[in-house]
Amino acid sequence: MEKRVTFRGWMLPLLLIAPQVVISAVFFFYPAGQAIWQSLFIPDPFGLSSQYVGLGNFDYLLSDPFYRASFLTTAVFSILVTLCSMVPALFLAVIADRLIKGSGVYRTLLIWPYAVAPAVAGVLWLFMFNTRVGVISWYLGTLGYDWNHVLNGSEAMGLVVVASAWGRISYNFLFFFAALQAVPRSVIEAAAIDGARFWRRFWTIVLPLLSPTTFFLLVVNVVYAFFETFGVIHTITAGGPQQSTTILVYKVFSDGFVGQDLGSSSAQSVILLFVVGLLTVIQFKFIEKRVHY
Amino acid sequence: MKKSLFGAILASGTALSPLSAYAETEVQFWHAFTGRLGELVAAQVEDFNASQDDYVVVQSHKGNYSETLNAGIAAFRAGEQPHILMVFEVGTATMMSATGATKPVFEVMAESGATFDPDAYIGSVKGYYTSTDGEMLSLPFNSSTPVLWVNRDAFEAAGVDPDTDLSTWQKVGETLDALKAGGEDCPLVTAWQSWIHLENFSAYHDVPFASKDNGFAGTDTELMLNGEAQVAHLTAMGQWAQDGKFIYTGRRNEGGANFRSGECALFTESSAGYAGIKAEAQFDFDVRPLPYWEGVGNSPQNTIIGGASLWVLEGHEAEEYKGVGEFLAYLSSSDVQAQWHQDTGYLPITSEAGDATRAAGFYDENPGTDIAVIQMTAKEPTANSKGLRLGSFDQIRGIIDEELEAIWAGDKSAQEAMDSAKERGDALLRRFESANK
Repeated sequence: MEKRVTFRGWMLPLLLIAPQVVISAVFFFYPAGQAIWQSLFIPDPFGLSSQYVGLGNFDYLLSDPFYRASFLTTAVFSILVTLCSMVPALFLAVIADRLIKGSGVYRTLLIWPYAVAPAVAGVLWLFMFNTRVGVISWYLGTLGYDWNHVLNGSEAMGLVVVASAWGRISYNFLFFFAALQAVPRSVIEAAAIDGARFWRRFWTIVLPLLSPTTFFLLVVNVVYAFFETFGVIHTITAGGPQQSTTILVYKVFSDGFVGQDLGSSSAQSVILLFVVGLLTVIQFKFIEKRVHY
Repeated sequence: MKKSLFGAILASGTALSPLSAYAETEVQFWHAFTGRLGELVAAQVEDFNASQDDYVVVQSHKGNYSETLNAGIAAFRAGEQPHILMVFEVGTATMMSATGATKPVFEVMAESGATFDPDAYIGSVKGYYTSTDGEMLSLPFNSSTPVLWVNRDAFEAAGVDPDTDLSTWQKVGETLDALKAGGEDCPLVTAWQSWIHLENFSAYHDVPFASKDNGFAGTDTELMLNGEAQVAHLTAMGQWAQDGKFIYTGRRNEGGANFRSGECALFTESSAGYAGIKAEAQFDFDVRPLPYWEGVGNSPQNTIIGGASLWVLEGHEAEEYKGVGEFLAYLSSSDVQAQWHQDTGYLPITSEAGDATRAAGFYDENPGTDIAVIQMTAKEPTANSKGLRLGSFDQIRGIIDEELEAIWAGDKSAQEAMDSAKERGDALLRRFESANK
């Protein structure tokens, strides 16, 4: 039998949800509505005149093979960023959880990269991998590997993934670490007495108990990879070489704010809105079923 | 006691400061220069402010060329636009079609009553920024043209005569072979690949880059950069890239760092690279005219400009526009221009500034600094070498960059890449045409 609390009358519940409704309306519904409206026009950059084109912007985009290719680039990029930011974070959290001495220092140091702005992180990594003066590319050169991300698409992709995932490891670490502390010791000790080794305990007990956190981080990291990484891409590769690192949101940014093509940029945001909406629905429908709260 | 004294100082400070600024009209000037160029612009503004009491020009740096243009557009949409905005040559078509957002320079000058003679400007510079009926829309500020920079020490280290003839690409090709054979790891590097190896290449060989006189005659223009001459050049460059004789470093002027550090032997870059190379190079360097392919088109024609001009934006007080006019007149005066030309390697944009520089003996003391001027003005421009006026050109350059990268990486032939660049670029030109009907 579920326990329900009911309100008498309408005023109090309305008042309680009002702040959230107002915030969503101002920061989400209004801009999203504007984007949908603008996607039907080709405006001039200064906002002096605009021409109604109906679904012309969408037609233009979807018939462009480079735009369609950018869906695949985005998928590859998002999966890699999510993996590269969650797996190391979990690993570090498990180690930190087992530490007895000095865990405070260790934790603080691990959280530091989160304070670095994405664009700055991009510049840092670019310096290390600069084809001429970069420390790491120089070291790779001495090993006989010629690092050149300005011409090699896979190397460029690798570099933007690492630069985007790096700061996120801290964020994920925090959540995993907190979740690990909440795993009841008694269950683990019972398994240990039964003779289960560390890895067995980890796979059969700890990981399933972490699943709500893992699921939350999965959703948050995918959204991060989709929307917040264009600063890193802009500073490191500007979408190149060719279009190997042009993800959907970077194209929204570069068409709108570099190319001043606000019509196409708005249409792209609308498409992105649907893609992410769809992804979130899929995540909640299929993956959440495997989560045990 | 201490506290109240501090408060009093603060109060008097805030009360007094507006008074001192009240008598002067403020003019906002947004530009894209950092480093040495940023210092030089700041010095020009300071000199102007010190030269009179009526106006104060406030200069601010707003990022690179694209970012500055964007900042200006965003500010205009928010009603916070500066009086003067620096716009790179690529944004010219965008600005020209924005009637209502810009106030043509000829109008500003006429209203302010400042001395201004549009005929004083070098034709090939002025042509870029005038309307079809010959009225000057923006003030040419920094204009440059590509030249070939030579690291003489690197030539000697590789056992190649640094005075060897580099006037044609055929000869450059032979020299690259010799440099490579002599152990040079970076024989050739470039900046601004589309500007130098396609836009200027086309003008220099007198072949069209786009139809409708490169866009001067109308917005219904199409790219023609997949012509025989361009493809032949890019095929050769692509082969040099495969052989490690041409080193690709990036889409903008990243290659400048490689050249200035002495790593590369040859560098195709703007004449305005002079300020940086002179300041940093620890080796003997030399300037040569941009090479051409012997027997292709009517080469050598003239090269075209790159750089930026100053646009005046609408929506300010008449009194402020007077200040703008005074400042622009100051900037184009021949002393200021001659100094700017000598400091930076940008072209002297008035013939008078060029003559003053020659008379002062600058070219004799700094051999090669007049090459850019000669290269641009040697021949009367043709329809193919007047310049480019294409909408959405910043994005089109992005497309060209991508396709060129495909050639350098060996993924596409020059013909395939340029055909694709034309197809993709034309789609953007059609959008620009329909946005500006």
